[in-house]
Amino acid sequence: MFSYAARRLASAVPTILVVITIAFFMIRLAPGGPFDQERQVPPEVAANLERAYHLDEPLTAQFVRYLGNILTGDFGPSFRYRDFGVSELLADGFPISMQLGASAMVLAVAIGFAAGSLAALRRNTFSDMAVMGAAMTGIAVPNFVVAPIMTLVLGVWFALLPVGGWGGINHAILPVLALALPQIATIARLTRGSMLEVLRADFIRTARAKGLSERATITGHAMRAAALPVLSYLGPATAGIITGSVVIEQIFGIPGIGRYFVQGALNRDYTLVMGVVIFYAVLIILLNLIVDLLYPLFDPRVRHD
Amino acid sequence: MTDLTLAPPRSPWRDATTRLARNRAAVVSAIILGLITLACVFGPMLSGYELDAIDWEKIQTPPDSDHWFGTDGNGRDLLVRVLTGGRISLALGIAATMVAVLIGVTWGALAGYLGGAIDALLMRVVDVLYALPFMFFVILLMVFFGRDPILMFVALGAVSWLDMARIVRGQTLSLKRQDFVRAAQAMGAPTSQIVRRHIVPNLMGPVVVFATLTVPQVILFESFLSFLGLGVQEPMTSWGVLISEGSQTMQASPWMLLFPAVFLATTLFCLNFIGDGLRDALDPRDH
Amino acid sequence: MPIAPFRLFLACLVALALGTGAALAGGDLHVGNAAEPESLDIHLSSGVAEANIQRDLFEGLIAEGPDAGLIPGAAESWEISSDGTVYTFHLREDGRWSNGDPVTAHDFVYAFHRGLDPATAGSYAFILYPVKNAEAVVNGEMLALGNLGITALDDSTLEITLNAPTAYFLDMLTHHMAFPLHRASLEEHGSSWTRAGNLVGNGAFTLDEWVPQSHIKLVPNAYFHDAENVALDEVWYYPTEDEGQELQRYRADELDITYDIPADQIEWIVENLNDEYRNYPYLGVYYYGLNTTAVPFADNIPLRQALSLAINREILTQRITRAGEIPAYSFVPPGVAFYQQQSMDFEGWDQSARNDAARALYAEAGYGEDNPLEIEILYNTSDNHKKIAIAIGAMWKQLLGVEVTLRNEEWKVYLASRDEKTYQVVRSGWIGDYNDANTFLDLFVSDAGIMNSTGYSNPAYDALLENAALETDMANRQAMLEEAERIFLSDGPVIPIYFYTTQHMIKPWVQGWVDNIKDVHPSRFLSVAEH
Repeated sequence: MFSYAARRLASAVPTILVVITIAFFMIRLAPGGPFDQERQVPPEVAANLERAYHLDEPLTAQFVRYLGNILTGDFGPSFRYRDFGVSELLADGFPISMQLGASAMVLAVAIGFAAGSLAALRRNTFSDMAVMGAAMTGIAVPNFVVAPIMTLVLGVWFALLPVGGWGGINHAILPVLALALPQIATIARLTRGSMLEVLRADFIRTARAKGLSERATITGHAMRAAALPVLSYLGPATAGIITGSVVIEQIFGIPGIGRYFVQGALNRDYTLVMGVVIFYAVLIILLNLIVDLLYPLFDPRVRHD
Repeated sequence: MTDLTLAPPRSPWRDATTRLARNRAAVVSAIILGLITLACVFGPMLSGYELDAIDWEKIQTPPDSDHWFGTDGNGRDLLVRVLTGGRISLALGIAATMVAVLIGVTWGALAGYLGGAIDALLMRVVDVLYALPFMFFVILLMVFFGRDPILMFVALGAVSWLDMARIVRGQTLSLKRQDFVRAAQAMGAPTSQIVRRHIVPNLMGPVVVFATLTVPQVILFESFLSFLGLGVQEPMTSWGVLISEGSQTMQASPWMLLFPAVFLATTLFCLNFIGDGLRDALDPRDH
Repeated sequence: MPIAPFRLFLACLVALALGTGAALAGGDLHVGNAAEPESLDIHLSSGVAEANIQRDLFEGLIAEGPDAGLIPGAAESWEISSDGTVYTFHLREDGRWSNGDPVTAHDFVYAFHRGLDPATAGSYAFILYPVKNAEAVVNGEMLALGNLGITALDDSTLEITLNAPTAYFLDMLTHHMAFPLHRASLEEHGSSWTRAGNLVGNGAFTLDEWVPQSHIKLVPNAYFHDAENVALDEVWYYPTEDEGQELQRYRADELDITYDIPADQIEWIVENLNDEYRNYPYLGVYYYGLNTTAVPFADNIPLRQALSLAINREILTQRITRAGEIPAYSFVPPGVAFYQQQSMDFEGWDQSARNDAARALYAEAGYGEDNPLEIEILYNTSDNHKKIAIAIGAMWKQLLGVEVTLRNEEWKVYLASRDEKTYQVVRSGWIGDYNDANTFLDLFVSDAGIMNSTGYSNPAYDALLENAALETDMANRQAMLEEAERIFLSDGPVIPIYFYTTQHMIKPWVQGWVDNIKDVHPSRFLSVAEH
């Protein structure tokens, strides 16, 4: 298992290189530069700016320099937020995005799995339809619609929760909920489907035939097997939550790194956009690896050796 | 003689259609979706309002007998805009899904049928692409190179083909091992005939199911891009653009959010129900 | 398995039940401030959001009062030579940096040198161009900073020499480019001198906390010369990019002052929160620039005039933008010092007379029903620009039969299109850098580079502006500038649409706020009542 993990990590290197290369050249090809503005900048000043940020060098030289720098953990200075380095901004923002994303993920898995299992066990009853109806709504209504409605009702009308900012657990509730909702819905649907399938499987019939209690059958056997598709969905779910956080962080004024992405792209903050993209790529790769490592725990047929 | 031994006993498609017809949710969804589509295609012509005509006397007013859905911040009839926006959203969803299906089926079928080193290589590429924060690249594309609808559906399609490729590959692999394919191979049928006669028709099921479920995803992502200010250009509109405008002003003029949101949500509902229904209908184990 | 997450969820529910909106302590001011600052470095920043914070952290020779009127700042008094080119400032004796060091004339010399050094690479250096030799130094033509017209005669006396008498020079000194710097702390901390803990300022407040994208927190500077009259205990600035969300936070009492108002909700605000809604003229003009270097607008004044006449500015501002904007019939806004507002001759006509004239001019320009003008409006992404472009497009189409297409681009792409003049009609706006007509008229001289985005060039106009810059007699100067604007308006390279207004939401408990055209409200004059 250890060597499997090492192999996987090694094979992630070319992937990340691809990400860096595409992102780097795509941003540079975009019209407009980081220091373009309405004002006429004196040529001497413009030249100095370009020199300071190495924009006067050929693109390939800049690329090599950039690769060299990130090897030493230096993501370069931010072009837009000129008092900070990209590494600093990411280091400040990442824990916040992480808390937000991880809470949303935990919430989504917990509620989604529980609701989906319930729906499957009570198939075609009222609870089934209620859960599935709610899940469908969760999938069909974009979270940038849900979020402002939640802030209006809970934050402004009832003044129960803060509307924006980041601090105590109070600040986290609305954004975590908004971020988790679509994933709760997807996971509930996924769980219901796989649970229904598992309940028909031979090993469940065998367990029941052997006289195992219904409760033990469900918790001991069925749930574990039904969790498999949910487990493989965690990768896409991470991607979904990360994408969603771009919007949610903006709506709730949360100082995470998702917010830097669109702003950075609009401002042509080359280094900041690169930093965010690389960060997220690494995160998605790591999470997929963790999922694969967890797989044998749930499915005895899979072994990594 | 060969035909006799190889022909499947009953058309799996007819079975599936029967099963689908018995699924009430899917049937109702299909009817509603059909109505929405018809309304979007023909409604704008029948409404008597132009997409970009301004009613200077009624700017951002609630629904009344002239403007059934009210007007937007520029005094334009919201009904026409919702229906026209539906055209764009649906067309974008379908076009992007077709891109995804085209790439995904080709890629997956090639990998699955040819197998060996080619399979390994093709699937390795898919694995690499899986790790890319793809949506971010779509956002970058939109920010940098403008909001051309064609660019948008190509980009969205290019994001969605990976799952398709994996599903098709798996399906092809298992089909390759099926008796009727082996029999055809044993009788010396040419590869092209096997693929045409036996592989592709049996792939259609999962592809159709997946495509039905991809359309709502694309529509949703288009609305996400719109919220970031990267939607289609004026005077064109889409449900995503209308919703993101409406969500800015939901307290002052809730109708601007309500109508497009209801259309979007209903459409996504229907597509998901139809997709589920198709999956159940095409999966014989379920019955 | 799902036990731990479930506990977390329970905790969330409990928190939900107990949670209350953040209560504001008395004397703390929470301000919505548009965007995360680009930089707090006075020489590197260029935005209004940055300037709002810098104004609290630093004080120039001249400061701004509650109404943005000029008051003595770091300088207690000053004399101006009879030819208007030499200013001698006497610094106040009790001027102190936030670490207790005295503020000296050398600190100003140091800051001016740094700001005009091309190596600093500040984009706003042009603000200081009236200072002798400043432009040459910035352009690298004269490398020695010692040639600049700024000298410390002694620790408390500063002499600034100008190229020519400059009517608005004192006003310019309130700009952040003219603030002093504490040399020792810059040299000690290098590029991180603006961080909380490192930044040493001479303003009423000091930087206590800076969490990017979250907030900037200021506390009073105990060494400030007027510290006893500073009422606030804390000032918090928040980046609020989304105006809708900013309003929500304001309504939830998380903000006391908003930076802006979501345009779609103005009617709702007027109905429900009218007492807290502020709306007053701002030193800026919103206009459409016409590309005078290419067809159809090159040498086609009738067409330019026709399109200008066909825009019903009253309808546009009353029904579409709805924020109390003032319809514009001139380029320089009302309320500019030493200036009489000009007017296009059709200002007094009613719209039907304008429409008739527009149709006639449109025909004169060679267009008509069977030969309609095809035109594209370029605007940068913003709901407001979009709505205006749609409305103007519809007016042109309805009245003249012009076939209008809209082109929307992101800011940076838009700038590139504008600079390369690959547009026909471009949405533009200009906010005055200082309270003088020059900041508006200067944009359109032939050699203004990218700032003259229309490519307008008229030797008579150039000559008037050049002479006005050297003119010592204020009345003569004013007459020249007014004459220049009249030429400009009749040539019509731009279509003025409206003059901006500033809009804020302000809680009733915020005291000391005075509406003003510069929209400058130093926190030292504000206070927060019990609430």
